[in-house]
Amino acid sequence: MSCFLSITGVVAAAVRLVPHNATMPAYVIMIYLAAAMLFALSLKWLSSPKTARWGVLAGEIGMAAAIIATLFLPEVRHYDWIAIAFLIAIIAAIPMALLIPMTAVPQQIALFHAFGALAAALVGTAEYYAHGSSLGTSTLIAIGFESLLGYLTFTGSLVAAGKLQEILPTQPMNYPGQNVLSISILSASVIAGAMVVIIPANPLVFPIFIALCLLFGVMLILPIGGGDMPTVIALLNSYAGLSASAMGFVLNNKLLIIGGALEGSSGFILAMIMCKAMNRSFINVLFGQVQAAKAGKSDDIYGGNIKSVNAEEVAAILDGARRVAIVPGYGLAVAQAQHAVGQLFELLESRSVDVQFGIHPVAGRMPGHMNVLLAEANIPYDHLMEMDRINPEFENMDVVIVNGANDVVNPDARDNPNSPIAGMPILNVDKAGTVIVIKRSLSPGFAGIPNPLFAAKNCLMYFADGKKAVLDIIAELEKL
Amino acid sequence: MSPSLESNLFVFALAAFLGYEVVRRVSPQLHTPLMSLTNAISAISVVGAIAVTGAGHNTTMVVVLGTIAVTASMINVVGGFLMTDRMLKMFKKRKSN
Repeated sequence: MSCFLSITGVVAAAVRLVPHNATMPAYVIMIYLAAAMLFALSLKWLSSPKTARWGVLAGEIGMAAAIIATLFLPEVRHYDWIAIAFLIAIIAAIPMALLIPMTAVPQQIALFHAFGALAAALVGTAEYYAHGSSLGTSTLIAIGFESLLGYLTFTGSLVAAGKLQEILPTQPMNYPGQNVLSISILSASVIAGAMVVIIPANPLVFPIFIALCLLFGVMLILPIGGGDMPTVIALLNSYAGLSASAMGFVLNNKLLIIGGALEGSSGFILAMIMCKAMNRSFINVLFGQVQAAKAGKSDDIYGGNIKSVNAEEVAAILDGARRVAIVPGYGLAVAQAQHAVGQLFELLESRSVDVQFGIHPVAGRMPGHMNVLLAEANIPYDHLMEMDRINPEFENMDVVIVNGANDVVNPDARDNPNSPIAGMPILNVDKAGTVIVIKRSLSPGFAGIPNPLFAAKNCLMYFADGKKAVLDIIAELEKL
Repeated sequence: MSPSLESNLFVFALAAFLGYEVVRRVSPQLHTPLMSLTNAISAISVVGAIAVTGAGHNTTMVVVLGTIAVTASMINVVGGFLMTDRMLKMFKKRKSN
């Protein structure tokens, strides 16, 4: 305790206002420039799994160089609090990054977004309280953007992480007047931000502004359902980057602007890809009400046309197959079936069967999540096929095994213009010789609609848990 | 418009464009590591947090906010890079046996 008091005393005794926008030494500028180039290279190397780990190394070197250069800036004179912060961060971050199961990666990334955005927001707040009304209008506007994006991404990401961890309800939470309320809070935040710029000396405007931004983040993400999380997490990724970029405008630091802009555009592209894969718009994801599912029609479609099989029969079908595709959905991860599927892959490959995985862009809880889960189950990445690459191949497949996916293989999206999911890109599994769907029941997916695939002539239903079913198929196949 | 704001806007626009062009080429297989890596890179905001905290401005509040900001962004840096590498390590080609 006395140690802390003395540190505070030292800090208090040594405080002195540094002129804003102090010029940086040339060597720091050169190191920042090198770091910016390493960051760009880092993303370029991520384009292929072959070079991706070099990309991480480039990013790490750029980051380490930039941090060390910053510690040598003449205006940085006190290291005690920085050292404490570094220590806490390293102790906290290592278990977070290394112990988290791969199924929980989306919520961990949402938490990292929250931390990054909080840092940006707090630096904006600190700048405001350090320099207050002496700041120019353009800097105050930048602080406004930094704080708005930072605080809303902070609470929004915490809510998203809560939903992904299923601490918060994952069902869409809609209530009357929801959009009016959300937009009112956003408008109030923007007005409060404008007041910060116009009357920065007023002690009340900034705290009110912060409170409104925090509240807006909660109100924006809370109503959105679990099925839309891939888009939401990509969008929050973009916001977190933009808040870091805005911080670069506040501190007049181009490295921050570049680092933030890279994430800003990356998150934006991913959010666009997710929206396209669900055939929805941003506005629809953020403010759309989920239409009530048209129930009751399922009997007309399924009635008398469902053919059920067991593990023994599936094994017999696979025994005669030469080309097999496996289509995993999020249900596979819920059932923790990825390692069982990895074993089935090994077994089929050892019997000279060609096995490919067909992966829909929204197959997991975030963009690319299913690929990570399957890579963890030791499936080589050259067998993980994206939708556009595998769709022309289905007609040559003897057997397709669908495990834990539903809406993304619903042929109505392609064939029935009146379907609620009409136009959504799907995996054309119905073109294959035989389709085996592993599913607990005929219950609908996120879209809440029946799937005519299940009643198709070439489709067989295997009603079971996703993991047990695969293990039983392996056991039967080994007998043959 | 001040010269610094002008050059900052140019840098932002070009960096956003560069990000768009580079990220567009990233294989969809790697979209999760991509998000994790860009997030770690944008935690470069730790640099700003260090500058604000280390300057030790005239109020305790600034130091407190700065210290929390350094902690939060440093968690983002360390955790982001470690988790990205952990995921990428699992992406292997077919075993040669």
